[in-house]
Amino acid sequence: MWRALIPLIVFALIGALLWSGIGNDPTLVPSPLVGKPAPEFSAPVLNEPQRSISKQDLLGQPYLLNVFASWCPACRVEHPVLNDYAQRGELTIYGLNYKDLPEDANRWLAQFGNPYAGILVDPEGRIGLDFGVYGAPETFVIDAQGTIVYKHIGPLTPADIETKIKPLLQGDRSS
Amino acid sequence: MMPELGQVALILGLLLAVVLAVVPLLGAQLNQPALMAVARPASYGMFVFVAISYAMLTHAFMVQDFSVAYVAQNSNLELPWYYRFSAVWGGHEGSLLLWVLILCVWTLALAALSRSLPDRFMARALSVMGMIAIGFISFTFFTSNPFERHVPPLADGNDLNPLLQDFGLIVHPPMLYMGYVGFAVAFAFAVAALLDGRVDQQWVRWSRPWTNVAWGFLTLGIALGSWWAYYELGWGGWWFWDPVENASFLPWLVGAALIHSQAVTEKRGTFKAWTLLLAIAAFSLSLLGTFLVRSGVLTSVHAFASDPERGTFILVFLAIIAGGALTLYAIRAPRLEPSPPTRLFSRESLLLANNILLAVACAMVLIGTLYPLVADAFDLGKVSVGPPYFGLMFTVLMAPLVVLIPFGPMTRWSGDDVGTVFASLRTALLLAVIGGAVWWIVRSGLTLKAALGITAALWVAFGTFAFLRRRWQLRQPGRPYFTAEMVGMSLAHLGVAVFVIGVMFAETLNVERDVRMAPGDSAEVAGYTIKFTELRHHEGPNFVADEGVFEVWYNGKLSSEQHPQKRQYLRGQVMTEAAIDAGFFADFYIAMGEPLDNGQAWAVRLYYKPYIRWVWLGALMMMLGGFIAACERRLREPVKRSAEAPAPVTEPALPALPERA
Amino acid sequence: MSRILLILLLCLGLAPSQPALAIDPMAFKDRAEEVRFQKLVRELRCLQCQNQTLADSDAEIAKQLREEVFRKMQEGLSDREIEDFLVARYGEFVLYRPRVESSTALLWFGPFVLLALGAVLLVLHFRKRARQAPAATAVAQTEEEW
Repeated sequence: MWRALIPLIVFALIGALLWSGIGNDPTLVPSPLVGKPAPEFSAPVLNEPQRSISKQDLLGQPYLLNVFASWCPACRVEHPVLNDYAQRGELTIYGLNYKDLPEDANRWLAQFGNPYAGILVDPEGRIGLDFGVYGAPETFVIDAQGTIVYKHIGPLTPADIETKIKPLLQGDRSS
Repeated sequence: MMPELGQVALILGLLLAVVLAVVPLLGAQLNQPALMAVARPASYGMFVFVAISYAMLTHAFMVQDFSVAYVAQNSNLELPWYYRFSAVWGGHEGSLLLWVLILCVWTLALAALSRSLPDRFMARALSVMGMIAIGFISFTFFTSNPFERHVPPLADGNDLNPLLQDFGLIVHPPMLYMGYVGFAVAFAFAVAALLDGRVDQQWVRWSRPWTNVAWGFLTLGIALGSWWAYYELGWGGWWFWDPVENASFLPWLVGAALIHSQAVTEKRGTFKAWTLLLAIAAFSLSLLGTFLVRSGVLTSVHAFASDPERGTFILVFLAIIAGGALTLYAIRAPRLEPSPPTRLFSRESLLLANNILLAVACAMVLIGTLYPLVADAFDLGKVSVGPPYFGLMFTVLMAPLVVLIPFGPMTRWSGDDVGTVFASLRTALLLAVIGGAVWWIVRSGLTLKAALGITAALWVAFGTFAFLRRRWQLRQPGRPYFTAEMVGMSLAHLGVAVFVIGVMFAETLNVERDVRMAPGDSAEVAGYTIKFTELRHHEGPNFVADEGVFEVWYNGKLSSEQHPQKRQYLRGQVMTEAAIDAGFFADFYIAMGEPLDNGQAWAVRLYYKPYIRWVWLGALMMMLGGFIAACERRLREPVKRSAEAPAPVTEPALPALPERA
Repeated sequence: MSRILLILLLCLGLAPSQPALAIDPMAFKDRAEEVRFQKLVRELRCLQCQNQTLADSDAEIAKQLREEVFRKMQEGLSDREIEDFLVARYGEFVLYRPRVESSTALLWFGPFVLLALGAVLLVLHFRKRARQAPAATAVAQTEEEW
């Protein structure tokens, strides 16, 4: 009787579902802001508190907004990669110093390098909150119109940049 | 030297498992008694070698051999000896070896206690246990070997996670595994029955005590986990519907359905398909639980370090076991048998409703737990499914079940008159409604929902008493008034009532407050006055702590003095050790948070939890009920040899079986 | 494997591993407000943790979000508005109670569909059985009937 096959079929479906889950990282939280305009922000610049950078200021060309902090160990892992790409002029990177103290940030940058075109200071994490930041490092790719086209969670590797980020920037530049 | 012996012993255990899986099965197929007789010695031998292997690992922990990587990860020089003993199952590899050991214990028990059962059936059942053992021992040995050395040897280890340095964690995993693995026996019996072509009631009768005991252990294991989480984690909750918790709850729900289904099949001969499928499902869900905990596909506070390779191994194993059994079922499924005529209102239909409700509840928990995978596979966005969903759905699904409980024992088989049954329970209903109303009026703050829940619990309790009273009235001299089955059933049902009352009160009337307190301050919570008298410094074997001394006053009298601690362990982990004024009718719970204002004051959490102990008391009653029911003498009656049909020399591969009367 | 390690580092980067404990005395106006806050933070997820509520987690992000929820309560937002605020930034993942939408139909309606199916099958099954022998002989109320 075909009814006797129903349990086996149900089990096969569940098994397939479990199979599909293997190897995924369930801790990654995708951002609902991808494809939407970046939230309005304006923050003082590190070491120049009288100067500030806002979203308006950065329109017109695509850039990366990299969330980093001196207390974040994984940020050290990705930093040489950022230094590399910034030095070669391939990427424009702005830093968001997240929940940090200026003196700690300065010390950290002095030790690990400074790839940033500019560094915004976010001591309370308010800008981070608007961007949906929940840890560090995180990197947002924002296009010339100020739309978030990609969010990367965790340290950036050259592979990530070549395969995921550069194509998005290419598309933007040519348009 | 010893760890290597442990590995060798494990390999020998694996070899014997292979022998156990293959030879007796072949013997049963070919009807060769000599081959079938291999089953018992192979079971004993497998147990001996696995026990030796486990002993070697324990030895490594007790002498603190940090050259073994697993020991180094889960222990250190300051760890007290009793935690070294339990640290063996503190991590993934060791807990798997414990699983394997317990599997061998059940196999041993089955081999030793089944002398009165037919040889072919037992040979097949033990072979199935052997197959399961092959899977788990291979998994342990090839992907999760606890005996791997760390080169160069370390002078000292990490620490055992401080959360695990606790009595609850000493007992919780072994009891839980006794339950999980115990369902393997019901599974083995079901598969042996399918292979045998036996779809009569005999095998179910043999299966009942084993299943009841397994379910009892699982109940205990879950209750211990809940109790431990409550007092150790400092959050005041007792169940979070976390994927790992759900992983243990799924087999429990199915196991509860299985127990009832087996009773019907044994007594009436119906529900055979249900009994077979539930037996397969219970153990499959145990395996699913193992998968969820160790594969990393779902986020959980409990999960061991995840590894896709391990996940794949377990999934393939699960596919073989469950898929194989269900394929066998599809081929050998019992046909629709002409059972005794039954009316819509009968004990059979009530128990079928019970099975359906439990199965749907299980499906709901499964859907909710696996939903993140579904959402991922079908691109439905990333969604969280948590306690608000599970709690609501579970209550809605279980409410009808709770209402039905008193009807079951009072309704006759085959059919009964609704009016008569209602009449016999009228008093119970009245008492329950009055009791619920009184409690609702007297206890301010009780919501209507909670009052209804309490009424339902009282209904179950009084309904059970009504049954016991009727049994007493119907007693006849020379016959037992109350069989072990009845006592077990009644106790378990009363346990449900106690559990529901506990949940209703604890969830509705609990009060939580976070307050800032400095030594000398006091706070008022739910009629209690808490006085923070002093702050002390305390040193433990592997930690230092700030200890607060709190006086708990109730109704003008000093109830107790509590000493919650904020501990700093040697490895840097900071933990809070809550202090609980435990009582039968309420707990008062104090936990210390961070120091405020440069140590002048502390953030303190104060919790009032009424009737919280009833939650675990109810669970313990259910467990006891299961164990008592397993002692039913009738189930241990020797097999009537005349009922056994002579086995054919070769088994024809028939898709269906001739019906037996 | 290294990816997972990096993510773990990420988590470690924010807070020392602590058990569920997030004791934050806050200046509530009254008991009702406190209860409302407790209910809200128990139904919101800590995004960085392995399955903990905002109420229980000690992570930095949890502390920040608790303060944010409190602030929004002070500003007079309703529960739904506070949830929407967080969902706009973090997605629906932040809610422990999934919203009832077409994408969660399986969750909210699946079990009831199964239940209805079961009920129908049960009734049909026993109707058929009863038709087979309309007069079911009553079994004597002795021990045998148990």
